Amino acid sequence: MIEAHGLTKDYGDKRAVDDLSFTVRPGIVTGFLGPNGSGKSTTMRLILGLDAPTSGSVTLDGKRFRDYPAPLHEVGALLEARSVHTGRSAYNHLLALAQTHGIGKKRVAELVDLVGLHDVARKRAGKFSLGMGQRLGIATALLGDPKTLLLDEPVNGLDPEGIHWIRNLLKSLAAEGRTVFVSSHLMSEMSLTADHLIVIGRGKLIADTSVEDFVHRASGGVVIVRSPQALRLRELVLGPDVSVSSSDPGVLEITGLTAAQVGDTAAANGIVLHELTPMQASLEDAFMELTREDVEFKAGDVAAADEPAQGAA
Amino acid sequence: MSTIANVVSVPRLAVTGKVTQMHVVVSEWTKLHSLRSTRWSLAVAVILTIGLPLLFATIVGSHWAHMAPRERADRHPLDIALAGVNLSQLAIAVLGVLIITGEYSTGMIRASFTAVPKRLPVLWAKLGVYAVVTFVLMLPSVLLAFWGSQAILNQHHILQVSFSDPGVARTVIGGALYLMVLGMFAMAIGAIVRNTAGGIAAFAAIFFVIPPLMNILPTSWNNAISPYLPDAAGRDVFSLTHGVHDLAPGSGFALFCGYTLLAIAIAAVLLVRRDT
Repeated sequence: MIEAHGLTKDYGDKRAVDDLSFTVRPGIVTGFLGPNGSGKSTTMRLILGLDAPTSGSVTLDGKRFRDYPAPLHEVGALLEARSVHTGRSAYNHLLALAQTHGIGKKRVAELVDLVGLHDVARKRAGKFSLGMGQRLGIATALLGDPKTLLLDEPVNGLDPEGIHWIRNLLKSLAAEGRTVFVSSHLMSEMSLTADHLIVIGRGKLIADTSVEDFVHRASGGVVIVRSPQALRLRELVLGPDVSVSSSDPGVLEITGLTAAQVGDTAAANGIVLHELTPMQASLEDAFMELTREDVEFKAGDVAAADEPAQGAA
Repeated sequence: MSTIANVVSVPRLAVTGKVTQMHVVVSEWTKLHSLRSTRWSLAVAVILTIGLPLLFATIVGSHWAHMAPRERADRHPLDIALAGVNLSQLAIAVLGVLIITGEYSTGMIRASFTAVPKRLPVLWAKLGVYAVVTFVLMLPSVLLAFWGSQAILNQHHILQVSFSDPGVARTVIGGALYLMVLGMFAMAIGAIVRNTAGGIAAFAAIFFVIPPLMNILPTSWNNAISPYLPDAAGRDVFSLTHGVHDLAPGSGFALFCGYTLLAIAIAAVLLVRRDT
């Protein structure tokens, strides 16, 4: 379990992390979301003690990371970019780190095989592709059989097979009772993998909620109905708290009723339905909406055909 | 590249040892000898330490006949035997800097400090392993340089000196000791600066640039300051002849070690207090 209390980090006058408090629980996959520059990587570095907080604290199961006698058994980390010496082979990289804990060659070999680097283990890490480098990073994180996984963009550079593998790996690690804390920009992937979300923007906490609640909040509760008697259905459902819009003939977008209510109304009046879909906002939409104001480095909007271009924020 | 194993469960680790200084030493030894660039640098240091004296001995021997008495008097067998040290010190120092700064430039330092968050064991291990490696390689090298250059000079029957002559053994072995401490000094500079070019530049400034600048100062100042600078203090231990102002070999070496310990102390404090 990771607990942050009032975590703050200043680099000069830039406040990268601002009074951040959250709990990451074991047994589930917790996604760490935020726009670029929001402080995700800084937070992870603070957890590992690579940087010292300006104020506040963060503990792992109640202790500081550096107070553990076998740190790699507590936390396995994959941080942004490679933390590997380019001149060294993957095998020797893992071996050198393993030896700090008295972990043997057998374990190194096991992990090399697990992540599929067996054929290139003796090659210099500098020659690795992005995907191979990621796999090495994942092997490094798993070296000490850690209770907590701290992963920064783990699927970066992986092919679909690799992404699928990571997703299953993270879920099974969480199912074993480990704490899994993953930051990612890949919303579609996060929605499939994460159970809980911590969202930050400009160093501040924006949301600390389950994926379901997060998406539901942004969904707006729209129900899509496709029916040959759409106009008649529209008359039937319109009411004080219900609004209906229609983008195509035969299609209604109803706001203010659940899909069940619409279905019941249609059935009671003999209206045929060809489609009845409660619209879920995608995680991406929910995220973009929530963090719209907190994007630090915003690209200019791509102009629509009939709109003037807008400048960068 | 083989495909990732389909089995997704991570094999459990039955027992995890703790991070101990000894474990970190083993780790640093692996790091040292697993880099091709390290092996090359050390090989170059050995070749220079042995090769340059042999070359110089050959040149001096073959030109002896053409040298004036004054010139001959200025040639010293131990200057020739340890000529290589003056050049190999560069290889040893640069490697010392790189052993630290290479981790910063590649980001490896993050992995190292995640495995060993207390950080200092990594510094001690790097210093210790490098000191031992340097001494173990350089001691035979200076001995070979001595006997090799003596063998060449012997053929010309000049500049003969025996290992058992007063001060000779100390001087020759002093060459290896100097390089050992120098490596640690350079590593400490690397840990302070955390940047390869900066570390090498700082080392070069201290050892090669600042000393000659003392000549610009009034002679009395020069004589008062120069013997106490790191380069002069270090050189005392592998010099047989000394200028009037030079420190004695033992004092000079002690001062040199003192500078090194100071640099290491500063490096240690900064290592723990600074962000990675």
